[in-house]
Amino acid sequence: MPYRLSDRHFVVAALAGVIVLLGWLLPNAYFLRIATLVWIFALATLGLTVLIGQAGQVSLGQAGFFGIGAYSAAILPTHFGVSPLVTPFVGAFISGALAFVVGRPILRLKGHYLAIATLGLGFLISMVLTNEAGWTGGPDGMQVQRPVVFGVNLRQPAAWYWISAVSLLIGGWLVLNLDGTTTGRAFRALRDSEVAASVMGIDVSRMKLRAFVLAAIYASCAGSLLGLSNGFVTPDQSSFLQSVEMVTMSVLGGVHSVVGAIVGSAMLVLLPQMLTVMQDYETLVLGAIVVVVMIFLPGGVVPAIAALTRRRTR
Amino acid sequence: MAELLQYLATGITIGAVYALVALGFTLIYNCSGIVNFAQGEFVMIGGMVTVALTAYGLPLEAAAAGAVAVAIMVGIAIYVFAVAPAGRASPVTIIIITIGVSIFLRGCAQILFGKQFHGLKPFLTEEPVMIMGAAVQSQAFLVIGGMAAASLVFWLMLERTLVGKALLATAANRLAAQLVGIDLRRIMLIAFGGSAAIGAIAGILVTPITLTSYDVGTMLALKGFAAAMLGGMGSPLGAVAGGLLLGLAEALAAGYLSSAYKDAIAFLATFAVLLLAPNGLLGRRSINRV
Repeated sequence: MPYRLSDRHFVVAALAGVIVLLGWLLPNAYFLRIATLVWIFALATLGLTVLIGQAGQVSLGQAGFFGIGAYSAAILPTHFGVSPLVTPFVGAFISGALAFVVGRPILRLKGHYLAIATLGLGFLISMVLTNEAGWTGGPDGMQVQRPVVFGVNLRQPAAWYWISAVSLLIGGWLVLNLDGTTTGRAFRALRDSEVAASVMGIDVSRMKLRAFVLAAIYASCAGSLLGLSNGFVTPDQSSFLQSVEMVTMSVLGGVHSVVGAIVGSAMLVLLPQMLTVMQDYETLVLGAIVVVVMIFLPGGVVPAIAALTRRRTR
Repeated sequence: MAELLQYLATGITIGAVYALVALGFTLIYNCSGIVNFAQGEFVMIGGMVTVALTAYGLPLEAAAAGAVAVAIMVGIAIYVFAVAPAGRASPVTIIIITIGVSIFLRGCAQILFGKQFHGLKPFLTEEPVMIMGAAVQSQAFLVIGGMAAASLVFWLMLERTLVGKALLATAANRLAAQLVGIDLRRIMLIAFGGSAAIGAIAGILVTPITLTSYDVGTMLALKGFAAAMLGGMGSPLGAVAGGLLLGLAEALAAGYLSSAYKDAIAFLATFAVLLLAPNGLLGRRSINRV
């Protein structure tokens, strides 16, 4: 029986295989760092897979929650003496709570209006992080204390490779399982037709809010991981361009697909690294690649490959 | 009093630029349903090309005309090479395409013009004009006048010419417009070209005040987008009103509240308006069809 990309056990097993293989094969700390970045951005993008791909709601402010996660990891140990290990959870709670409070009015808006509102929210968070220099170190950013586990200071790239990879596996597993639940089905109904969904008795605004909060928590956890693994955070991580990059990652890979989120993140993390040999032409080539991929594969890379293999096996 | 006047003058000037960007958004959105995030890059192109051409020794008028021509060509190229080939892709995909285009254009500008800031001399005089104690740069009058003239031309074109009527018809109902024999491709080319020209004019006029660099487009696209939303997406009058309001809110906030948070206040104001009027100030009520 040929495996299908949509089979969730297959996806998780394959992802785990790739993670173990890379962790074993990658030759040095530099490559481990890059792979860690791919896992972290994939985790943040998974939030958008739920919000945009499943529930059909656009967000251009995802990096705001990413920034909250990153700065929770930086601020809480420095100013409040909280252990760095618990900061991702506190950050996720703060992001989730914020998303819950502001989500209700924002999510009443639709389409482009929703886009501008989420954009504004992300912008606001970014501005607070940039301007409240007493707490956040201002535009220059601030140091993050590394957690110490059993007397070992977690600073090796390998340690963060495994931590972020396992977080991604858990995050991906949850999103894959969401598909079959009542909530997952409600999300899809809502994406296809809000009116039809509400006629079927789905509490539309509650479901939208649930997707929004979930996406915020994913972004926040990813942000905390980035802060802890880098040992440093800057307000750039919450910027509008970062939000755009995340949406691009999810759409480039395939907005409905978990594998798509990972492939899209890998593309946008790896491309700039590979393009640095082209120096000045880096930005130009990156833009051109995004345009060309989206024109020829409007559904994203992964669905296109999946369709191709399906045709082959038939 | 002088202080308030000063803020108002600044607000209207910068608001005029936002209004022009928002007008560009509206033109393309109405004809195609596309939000073109590369809109801010036209402003950058307008300023940059004018600076480059005057550096070659061209007179200002010729350089400005050249810049508008370059912007129009870029606008048409965006439609022909990036938007049209995408066909009926989803709105999010098309937004990502236009974002890709704006990254691409920024990359081009970085190679051609470098990363530093470029400026132009004020077109009339360096001396500020004093109005009741407030010093207003002479260039500000050109920006505001340019905005008013561009909006008027835009409106006259829509109301009085056959092409304008075709644009309005396309905006109202694309299928019906095609059925009465309107060449949709031509309309799109006019929309993208016109929208680029409006952006470039804004860029040329404002460069002596704000300077320009390869990356000014992002922020302007954001503000223009917010202005278009504030006024109500799709309404040209709303775009102008939204732009001016946004500029004023920003200048007053910077003056009386906090200059660090002026951008935040502009977005908060937009946000507040959207909560009260989900379709913007002058936007059409959307009707949900089942």
